[in-house]
Amino acid sequence: MAERNSPAAGDAAAKRQFRIWRGDDTGGDLQDYMVEVNEGEVVLDVIHRLQATDAPDLACRWNCKAGKCGSCSMEINGKPRLACMTRMSTFEEDETVTVTPLRTFPVIRDLVTDVSFNYEKARETPAFAPPADVAPGDYRMQQVDVERSQEFRKCIECFLCQNVCHVIRDHEENKPAFSGPRFFIRAAELDMHPLDARTDRKQYAQSEMGLGYCNITKCCTEVCPEHIKITDNGIIPMKERVVDRRYDPLVWLGSKIFRRGETPQSSVTSARAAGPAARPNLDGVHSHAGGSHDPQAEAQAQSGVNWHREVPHPTAPAVDERGKLPLTELTFDRAAAPSPFGDDVTFPLPPEHLNFAHPEQDKH
Amino acid sequence: MTSTATRPLGARARAAIAAKTLRTDRWWFAPLITVVGLTAWVAYATVRVFMHKWYWVEDFHYLTPFYSPCVTDRCVENASHFGQFLPGWWIIPDAALTLPFLLLFRLTCYYYRKAYYRSFWLSPPACAVPDGHKTYGGETRFPLLGQNLHRYFFYAAAIISLINTYDAILAFHSPKGFGFGLGNLILIGNVVMLWAYTISCHSCRHIIGGRLKHFSKHPLRYRAWTGVSWLNVRHMQLAWITLGTLALTDFYVMAVAADWFPDLRFIN
Amino acid sequence: MTTTTRIERHHYDVVVIGAGGAGLRAAIEARLAGKKTAIISKSLFGKAHTVMAEGGAAAAMGNVNPRDSWQVHFRDTMRGGKFLNNFRMAELHAKESPQRIWELETYGALFDRTKDGKISQRNFGGHEYPRLAHVGDRTGLELIRTLQQKIVSLQQEDKAEFGDYEARIKVFSETTITELLLDGDRVAGAFGYYRESGEFVLFETPAVVLATGGVGRSYKVTSNSWEYTGDGHALALRAGATLINMEFLQFHPTGMVWPPSVKGILVTESVRGDGGVLKNSDGKRFMFDYVPDVFRKQYAETEEEADRWYTDPDNNRRPPELLPRDEVARAINSEVKAGRGTPAGGVYLDIASRLPAEEIRRRLPSMYHQFKELADVDITKEPMEVGPTCHYVMGGVEVDPDSGAAAGHVRGLFAAGEVSGGMHGSNRLGGNSLSDLLVFGKRAGGHAASYTDTLASRPKVAVPAVEAAVETALAPLQRDTGESPYTLQQDLQAVMGDLVGIIRREGELADALVRLAELRERVAKVSASGGRRYNPGWHLALDLRNMLVVSECTAKAALERRESRGGHTREDHPTMDPQWRRVNLVCSLEGDTVQLTRKPLPKMRSELITLFDRAELAKYLTDEELAEFDALAEKES
Repeated sequence: MAERNSPAAGDAAAKRQFRIWRGDDTGGDLQDYMVEVNEGEVVLDVIHRLQATDAPDLACRWNCKAGKCGSCSMEINGKPRLACMTRMSTFEEDETVTVTPLRTFPVIRDLVTDVSFNYEKARETPAFAPPADVAPGDYRMQQVDVERSQEFRKCIECFLCQNVCHVIRDHEENKPAFSGPRFFIRAAELDMHPLDARTDRKQYAQSEMGLGYCNITKCCTEVCPEHIKITDNGIIPMKERVVDRRYDPLVWLGSKIFRRGETPQSSVTSARAAGPAARPNLDGVHSHAGGSHDPQAEAQAQSGVNWHREVPHPTAPAVDERGKLPLTELTFDRAAAPSPFGDDVTFPLPPEHLNFAHPEQDKH
Repeated sequence: MTSTATRPLGARARAAIAAKTLRTDRWWFAPLITVVGLTAWVAYATVRVFMHKWYWVEDFHYLTPFYSPCVTDRCVENASHFGQFLPGWWIIPDAALTLPFLLLFRLTCYYYRKAYYRSFWLSPPACAVPDGHKTYGGETRFPLLGQNLHRYFFYAAAIISLINTYDAILAFHSPKGFGFGLGNLILIGNVVMLWAYTISCHSCRHIIGGRLKHFSKHPLRYRAWTGVSWLNVRHMQLAWITLGTLALTDFYVMAVAADWFPDLRFIN
Repeated sequence: MTTTTRIERHHYDVVVIGAGGAGLRAAIEARLAGKKTAIISKSLFGKAHTVMAEGGAAAAMGNVNPRDSWQVHFRDTMRGGKFLNNFRMAELHAKESPQRIWELETYGALFDRTKDGKISQRNFGGHEYPRLAHVGDRTGLELIRTLQQKIVSLQQEDKAEFGDYEARIKVFSETTITELLLDGDRVAGAFGYYRESGEFVLFETPAVVLATGGVGRSYKVTSNSWEYTGDGHALALRAGATLINMEFLQFHPTGMVWPPSVKGILVTESVRGDGGVLKNSDGKRFMFDYVPDVFRKQYAETEEEADRWYTDPDNNRRPPELLPRDEVARAINSEVKAGRGTPAGGVYLDIASRLPAEEIRRRLPSMYHQFKELADVDITKEPMEVGPTCHYVMGGVEVDPDSGAAAGHVRGLFAAGEVSGGMHGSNRLGGNSLSDLLVFGKRAGGHAASYTDTLASRPKVAVPAVEAAVETALAPLQRDTGESPYTLQQDLQAVMGDLVGIIRREGELADALVRLAELRERVAKVSASGGRRYNPGWHLALDLRNMLVVSECTAKAALERRESRGGHTREDHPTMDPQWRRVNLVCSLEGDTVQLTRKPLPKMRSELITLFDRAELAKYLTDEELAEFDALAEKES
């Protein structure tokens, strides 16, 4: 034991061939490194050694180094993996280990990619809707009822499933319409949550998240480091729940006869919509950060301090339900083109709502 | 970086990696054997379906599942439990009532979809290996939207499994009355596996209990769901096993019917 | 003016530095109070170190045992901290943690359940009743994910109201703050850089909440991630706030030291409870040599007797491997220093030769799988190499218990979570950190929000201060003669691990201070190669000075406190001293140097102190304090 595990023993350490992609969004290539590898190390250890020796500016994202945070996602010998969970002993002694950044997301530098796609999709997934009539502390749920959702909550958001999914990996154009496996299991988690108050998650998943794009080739399940059965327990049950509503001939017939719509109760955003105002029914309240309707902010504005001042956000003009501008004034409620700032902004804007710092008066 | 306003406008480029895939393992092996296996099976089944003979062993009442129930007017009387209402054109399979549904059941099965999308359609051939197509719309449009009808083919398949069970029970027969031979074992084995495959279906799992929000309020369905889930994990294995047992059963019946070798009899 | 004009500026009401449990909870509270809030995170959103917490969140909900109450929880916390806790913080924590946990359920958290559908609670060392709300062994992940999703839901509300997700709450991930900027004694802003681009960013804000976590990265063997460089501690010091209790660090006696892929991962104490024994490199079971006299009667003297205990605990004495944590740690430490350790600086923890493989897998399933998967170490076949591992820092920013406002001479600075001090006293109970995050995160966020309302005018950022911050940040990139930051970090870790580790001695601590002073010279000349875009070498170079100043605080305070208590063990002063219980050691920064002052502990209110038995208090209090307690008890009866 002592001999086998010792770092000082020397013979355990051997030079191994690594090929690491170095570069940024303007280009890059695989670079070769010979690096010492000790027994019992993982790929992330080797990358750290490289940083400490040959390549101090090698960019690599990592945190816990225990497979719990999901930061060190990269592709090792072409397979999406967590670097902290990929043992060197899984490779042959003379095998070259090739490490590249995730392919599906834009690269920032070296092994670090811009995964903001996932955070945008997270924001488009409707959040948990607490039951209206249950006070905190009064939530009662049975273990068997929460277990399915708990499986999905094991997700460490490493985004390997998002990266491997061919729907967006090989077809960048699908990104706006497709949320990806991570958010399908989020939708499934909430739909299976015993106390979630929303009932339209399946419809939302189908119409806004692009559930139909999934052709269940199961790569997401294959790469999941938490071994979540993404496809069998998340995506397929969601597809079946959609079938319950949408392809059941009796329900379909009923909805045709009684004109009961299948559209979501309300949506956070429309993945395919061009602007925030694409769903007119949602945008009853059009306002601007800056709280122009907020008495406190008004008072502050009076006293010369407005901590909420913010540029009004250009909002898309009113559009019809297909997300298009009306073609003719005959069907439109006003003459000429609508304001690109939305209907509720009138010019000039009150100065206290501007974020403009006067070069003379506002100098720090 | 996720939500900062700093990034330069416009989409940024992905890493420029020349190789289409850097996988070093034999990722092409699984799709290859899927193609070989499925093609071979389909070829065999096609030949057998249009042979229109050697599907019935009169002595022991063995009926191959490929001809059950036999509904054309050229059928053997005893093999037609549901009458003979179709004309005997060669193009019409003798089990015209069931084969299309069985085919559709397997075609829309969540496992087979994975198998053929990967191996035949190359979409994608393997994980982290590029899709073989320029554009991709998944199952959002006709005809693939029809995959959502899997549930109805499951209902049909369950009924067909009942018919196959009936056939297997009738086959405990000999000219002397009750009989039991190797053929019975094969037929029963096939039926058991067919049931296992049918019940392990994802749609079945959903209908049995998966659609419930509160398992705790439906303890019986929860137990059933747990059982189906156990089988469901083995859906892929069962899909291949049943292909094997179907072909084996059919071949055995064909061989006995054609007198290539006699059935091994245990009783009568 | 040349550099500063091009720096990106943001205006916020409240800026929260740190996106772990405490930071997110603070941000939620500030946003709910209507303030425009920014969350700044060194890593991606949702990756904070909080995910590592496994055990659970302690809250006296009484779901499993209805006799549990906040008073019992308060008592346990004070006991655990050896009465050095800030009593008010312990009180607030015990009172408010149930509400904070229940609140999480309304955000969508799914804890494990009891039979009647309530949140299940589990036992944990030091807690009198089953008290830890948990989700398997991933409670920290559940907590951070829940808070993250709550923030997303608030953003969705803002989107519906204002048409912009980020109208009132925004996450700046992979952004590091290097400096707090002041206007007089008021916080005016925070200066930092985007890790991704290396561009600088300035947040103009009247209120900053620090929630940056701990300092573990200054140690060789630690369970903490790279982010734990004591940024918040150092920012607070430089802004004029004070740190308390910095000498108290929680070490786990048995963390893995080898192989590197699992270095720092904790080996639960139940391995020893189930028969695991500690051996040195000579193969000797050395714990028999380290049984202190006070424990002599309860612990076995021969291996035979010890081994009999596992099957017949009533007629045999316990094996010495089951001595309290600090005794085990001291023993391991002595063996390693005597040259009988493993090459990686630990000892062997052997369970493989003690139990059949099947039994080990049955009793320790998650340990077995973790090591098998991460390191290909089969604990049923070979011994583990373990040593003391830095786990948690009890000390931190001295705060007002109710509001989380930093003490010292700065206004507008708040702290919550591991970066704040006082709550846990000299030692933290398992499970108390997760509830600490929620209780004081909410308080700090809420009070930061109301602080901004009290200001008549908004503090202004001075241009020279920004320029100075830019210069400091760019310095390592412009030097090409200095040492590599990685070398310096290794040297710092060696000093702290070897000399200010789990067992401390006066001589070693004095030596450590000398070496830290040398390191300070070297760190001032550190150089980083490469450019500004996502350059980890540069980032480490900037973190080093934070690690260094916090390490100095720890070393100074450890030298000063001449007793052993909780997370501070002095070999030359092995007992607890009631006089020292009345004292907090407070660190502050005068110019560049760390100053240490003594400050009396606040006195516990009478209705709180009477929750304890006199016999128990006698172990901790001075005679004078006991007399006061007796008078109080008499008056009540």
